[in-house]
Amino acid sequence: MHHRTPSPLGGPPRPFDQILQQAGQIIYGKQQEIRLALACLLANGHLLIEDLPGMGKTTLAHTLARLLGLQFSRIQFTSDLLPADITGVSIFERNSGEFRFLPGPVFAQLVLADEINRATPKTQSALLEAMEEGQVTSEGQTRPLPRPFFVIATQNPAHQIGTFPLPESQLDRFLMRIEMGYPDRAAERELLASGGQRNRADNLAALISADQLPAIQRQVTAIHAAGPLIDYVQALVEATRQDPAFRHGLSPRAGLALLSAARAWAWLDGRDMVIPDDVQAVLPAVACHRLRTARQGEAAPIEDVRRLVQSVAIP
Amino acid sequence: MSTPARLALDRQTAPWLFASALITTLPHFLHQPYWLSGLAALLLFWAVWLWWKDERLPGRWILLFLVGTGCAGILIEFRSLFGRDAGVAMLVVFMAMKLLELKSRRDAQVVVMLGYFLLLTHYFYSQSIPTGLWLLVAFWLLTATLIRLHGGYVSSRQETLRLAAKLCLQAIPFMLALYVLFPRVSGPLWGLPSDAHAGMTGLSETMSPGSISRLAQSADIAFRARFDGNQPAKHKLYWRGPVLEEFDGTTWRPTAGRGASPALDNLSPPLRYELTLEPHNQRWALALDAPMQLPEGVSLSSPLTAMLRQPLTERRRLQLAASLDYRFNVDEAPGTLQRNLVLPPGANPRARDLARRWREADSNPSSLIGKAQALFAASFTYTLQPPLLGEHSVDDFLFRTQRGFCEHYAAAFVFLMRAAGVPARVVSGYQGGEANPLDGYVVIRQSDAHAWAEVWLAGRGWVRVDPTAAVSPARIETGIADALPFGEPLPALVQWRADWLRGLRYRWEAINNAWNQHFLGYDPQRQRQLLSRLGLPDADWRSLASALGLTCALLAAALTAWSLHRRPKTDPAWRLWQKALRRLAKREVDCAPWETPLALAARVRTQCPELAETFQAVVDAYLKARYGNAPNHLKDLRTAVAQLR
Repeated sequence: MHHRTPSPLGGPPRPFDQILQQAGQIIYGKQQEIRLALACLLANGHLLIEDLPGMGKTTLAHTLARLLGLQFSRIQFTSDLLPADITGVSIFERNSGEFRFLPGPVFAQLVLADEINRATPKTQSALLEAMEEGQVTSEGQTRPLPRPFFVIATQNPAHQIGTFPLPESQLDRFLMRIEMGYPDRAAERELLASGGQRNRADNLAALISADQLPAIQRQVTAIHAAGPLIDYVQALVEATRQDPAFRHGLSPRAGLALLSAARAWAWLDGRDMVIPDDVQAVLPAVACHRLRTARQGEAAPIEDVRRLVQSVAIP
Repeated sequence: MSTPARLALDRQTAPWLFASALITTLPHFLHQPYWLSGLAALLLFWAVWLWWKDERLPGRWILLFLVGTGCAGILIEFRSLFGRDAGVAMLVVFMAMKLLELKSRRDAQVVVMLGYFLLLTHYFYSQSIPTGLWLLVAFWLLTATLIRLHGGYVSSRQETLRLAAKLCLQAIPFMLALYVLFPRVSGPLWGLPSDAHAGMTGLSETMSPGSISRLAQSADIAFRARFDGNQPAKHKLYWRGPVLEEFDGTTWRPTAGRGASPALDNLSPPLRYELTLEPHNQRWALALDAPMQLPEGVSLSSPLTAMLRQPLTERRRLQLAASLDYRFNVDEAPGTLQRNLVLPPGANPRARDLARRWREADSNPSSLIGKAQALFAASFTYTLQPPLLGEHSVDDFLFRTQRGFCEHYAAAFVFLMRAAGVPARVVSGYQGGEANPLDGYVVIRQSDAHAWAEVWLAGRGWVRVDPTAAVSPARIETGIADALPFGEPLPALVQWRADWLRGLRYRWEAINNAWNQHFLGYDPQRQRQLLSRLGLPDADWRSLASALGLTCALLAAALTAWSLHRRPKTDPAWRLWQKALRRLAKREVDCAPWETPLALAARVRTQCPELAETFQAVVDAYLKARYGNAPNHLKDLRTAVAQLR
């Protein structure tokens, strides 16, 4: 849905082109997904990647952390994982005679929550609360998480055995959900020839530092969204509410998420204004996990959202 | 029976329909038989309950049974399925039953349309301000329901109501045009069912003990009067109704057949006034004694009662004049005098005896009148609750109970006079009235109903004698409320003596009167007057219809122009973009409404490579002009579009 364009529309240079290009050398044939993941982080949102094991979810998270210079930590979710395994525990130190807090893996700038739907809802919610509030409360004490703070959660498709699917209210905390999908033939051949990429990610050098990110995020929020563009976002949101294919429409919060994701997309394209292409590009990633099909009540398939786009005229 | 899902009724619409049904039928409960209101309420309650519990609607056989029961009940109650009351009752029952049949959108539409129709039927019963306001609210709710039924695009309740209010407000100019210009006809536009005028209160054609005192317990307004000059004193205001000459021992009746027209000498200048009569379904006009100049359609009967051609079934205004001092039939026909001396044989022997003794003492009519008045003044009581009278009602009243209302005094007086040989008769009508200081109208209520006597004296003709004045001068001087002791069953409205209450009542009645005079009283004559003032003299129904059509067309055009003007002005960038798209379409590149400009540019690159560059310039300029922050890209866009050939 995105069209690379040779147009001179952009104002500022595109500082992230290098990041996109380097990431593309680690994850073959997934330019669109990398771009969406970056846009999600720039819009200060958390990302959910849903796919089968072995599709490069973890590699993507790892690569982004390296390139953006973010302090990285990975939590493998299992069914016996406890909330304290994420947030941290206080231990008694015999020498000083005091309790000392040992921060859990959530105290990092980019947290990869791997296979989040393998853990129990209680453990899931410990992470989701941290995502929402940017802080961790443990044993009566509140500790702020580092800034910036991103969570990239991966999840296996819900019908796999031994999973606790995230409820809709929790899914709403992720700005986007993307699927990796199989690589195309050429990319897969290249992957097979190079013999796996995860190790190469460890050797990547940071292209920007984590301190620069907040300033970039401020630039993103300042991107201009004109009246007709806001009309378009509104028309799309309203269309989801009337479309009989969906059990219920997008919430106002989802509308805001759509606009901020579109802003980030525009910024990645080097533009100072949002255009309808940006909205169409991010819409499936923002909307699919927030909508439910009317029949089965599953997350809406991307085809439904594409069809919806084709039913709404651009103002 | 299955209904296509596409047409199935939204569950959320049902409460709107229930509310609409309730608000349109509720005022009918005021005058319908209780069992009918109960049935309708039960059906409505059932429908709501089924909806609440999400139960299945009753089957066809149950509904058919209910229809049968309802129709049978109506047939038994009204002896017909047609006519005003029976017809309205049917509509109310059908409305309630339709709620048990709400399956598809079509059913809901039927409910709404039936509701609109039911609104009209309320005007058969009342055209007052509260009715009008209630129906406005009902109209608003029905319109909102209709919007709710059709619109997915207004989501909230408030929004629906707001939109409905907007629609209603937009209809106001049309309503006014229809009100002013719709050709008026005197009387109803089409024949109303024969029972439409049943149940109106007012004087009846006969008088028996208790008939007027019953009427006097109603505070309903009988008519209003407005005098051109000063209002005469209250004790001079005798509004003449039927004159009763025949007595059978209990009941007084008017003489059948018509006599000679009255001979009248007016001794005082004409007193001009205007009457606004409430419908009473009788022919008398209740003009002030003695009527002089009569408007068209009103004639004088031989006993001086102003009569209309048809029974009065709707409010009517009459311009009249009266001479308060007059001589009437100085040369009365002997037959009439004879008739006014007749008494039922054998009745009331004691009264006859008393009259005979009076006559033997002094046969001068004036002294006879004086004796009767003195008798009443001595020991009689004026009351709305007289004791029951026996077979010889006049004897009973004169010698036993001595308590009575005006009809007792008038009847006994006339009986005594006839027994003493003086021609006399009973006149019924209204006496007095209360002036509303706010609008200057004199309001005459049913409680002002009165009966008095007329005696014929040689050389003076028929002379009015009011025996009630002898018993209770206050009744004639100030009004009934002051004449009766506290505790009599007078309507509370008439008894109010507190100033603020009285002021409130004056205000309400003045508003009602203004409503009647200005809105309901807009008749063919007033319409002609107004239109000739507007420069349309001698308008017949054809010119009225064309004026109406023209006005409505102009109004529709004005509203359309207004709403087009109010629409957000189309962005010039958008217009230029549409122009560019039209030029592309000539090259057979069509743009889908959802296709983004960049996607279209990519397609142009493959489909019309020779245009790619110029079109890309258009797209860039358009995106900047429409979605960008800087407003000065319009010129670039115009140049770019101009180059696209």
